[in-house]
Amino acid sequence: MQGWTCVQKGGADMEITELRAREKSGDWSVVLSGVGLDNPVIPASGCFGFGYGMAEYYDINILGSISFKGTTLHPRFGNPLPRVAECEAGMINSVGLQNPGIHKVISEELPKMREVFKKPIIANISGFSIEEYVECCRLIDKEEQVEIIELNVSCPNVHGGGMSFGTQPGSVAEVVKEVKRVITKPLYVKLTPNVTDIVAIAKAAVGAGADGLCLINTMLGMRIDLKTGKPVIANVMGGFSGPAIFPVALRMVWQVSHAVSVPIIGCGGVSTADDVKEMLLAGATAVEVGAANLVDPYACKKIIENL
Amino acid sequence: MRDIEKIYTVESNVRLTHKTWRMELSGDMSELTRPGQFVNLRIEGKYLRRPISVSDYDQNRLLLYYDVVGAGTKAMSEMHKGVKINTLTGLGNGFNEEAETSRPALLGGGIGCAPLLNLARRLQARGVTPTVILGFNTAADVVMEDVFREIGIEVIICTVDGTKGVKGFVTDAIKILPEEPDYFYACGPMPMLRAVCTGLEIPGEVSLESRMGCGFGACVCCSLETKDGAKRICKDGPVFRKEELIWK
Repeated sequence: MQGWTCVQKGGADMEITELRAREKSGDWSVVLSGVGLDNPVIPASGCFGFGYGMAEYYDINILGSISFKGTTLHPRFGNPLPRVAECEAGMINSVGLQNPGIHKVISEELPKMREVFKKPIIANISGFSIEEYVECCRLIDKEEQVEIIELNVSCPNVHGGGMSFGTQPGSVAEVVKEVKRVITKPLYVKLTPNVTDIVAIAKAAVGAGADGLCLINTMLGMRIDLKTGKPVIANVMGGFSGPAIFPVALRMVWQVSHAVSVPIIGCGGVSTADDVKEMLLAGATAVEVGAANLVDPYACKKIIENL
Repeated sequence: MRDIEKIYTVESNVRLTHKTWRMELSGDMSELTRPGQFVNLRIEGKYLRRPISVSDYDQNRLLLYYDVVGAGTKAMSEMHKGVKINTLTGLGNGFNEEAETSRPALLGGGIGCAPLLNLARRLQARGVTPTVILGFNTAADVVMEDVFREIGIEVIICTVDGTKGVKGFVTDAIKILPEEPDYFYACGPMPMLRAVCTGLEIPGEVSLESRMGCGFGACVCCSLETKDGAKRICKDGPVFRKEELIWK
């Protein structure tokens, strides 16, 4: 194979025999860096808000965990509309990290979330500078029920020429190292697939102290409206997600899981129980479900029921 | 827990004009509670659903009017009687039929006329008789005039080019009413809603439209900056009070 070498199998390898045993027993519980989940199904950040809105539709305590809406230090309205475009077997979004800011998340959103959700929470944190990541992670680390911090490194680094933190091993390592200094809870780095060598980025994150990885974030894409000749998305480009990207995500999870020995949360186009199983066989310990929640609010419930 | 995912069956699907169709669906309508809500239809081969506002409904029937504007609505127009549609139903807040009003005006622009039908019937049931003003670009676009007349509601048609009814916009037609309305409910294109909200002195509410991701508040793709902060058109709306909206 070109571009990567098969090193020793990582921390989370499920063989087909184990998969069959789990199917038989119905025990899908998993452990992520000491955090036990009833099952590996986790709604991905940005597709489930802070959970309480979705609790209107089913008992969200059946979920393994929830990765909450990407949170930054300051409140953000996000990008102009339209923020969404349709694709074959997927969609493009350019929400632009709309969120009420870490302080309101802690004072308003988290209490509402805890009221209806009693399982471990994954806090998805974004930043536009290392200082911002550090401050957000320091604050969220103190919060009860937040058991894993998930670092979204796909944002542009405003002090680094606007290049995304997640596209260079050096900047990923730097942000991980600085965040690790101020937190006590496991740190998972959510990797962007928009790189030439995701294994190099993964190794840099783990080398700097990441307790686990989550991959992949959305792929950069765009659509053009043939009536106007202009991009559909106001911000021109956005994150491509949905079943179309599943094979890419699976491939990257496989590559990374063979190169590092920390737990991996597989993410990208997962829509069915079978997709979850493929992810587990590729080396993921748990799985995040994104776009599927947006076309079917009951998607995660159905996936868990069908495992 | 709300079970908003239903399978609806196409009962009829009729072309009314060069672009507007009327679809009647049957199924469990128990999740629909207010006029001005919408449904989100799954269309074979399309990843995202298509949000369509509810025109009228009862316990087991649903009436939709839709314009064929792209591949999704084109596919809808080709659905025959008996086709099953996976539908998310009872979405959005809907109009406030209990608003303080004795002489409301219902203002529709183009396909935005659709949700006013159920609203008109419900206001009528509360003993409030609305005046309905429907605006279109041209006579060939006019729909729904008869359905309001059938239930005994006065309808004023206006067209931008003057080929039918009053020449001009709904904001022109409202000025010629014998008695000034004390409240408005409006749905239509943004320029019309802007003219209504900024031009009319009376209080009112408007139903907005947006490209949506999910339709139930999860993705925040249809966010709107209001005087009370960011709102989701699909979940916090689509109906907003005039006072909430910011017109830049």
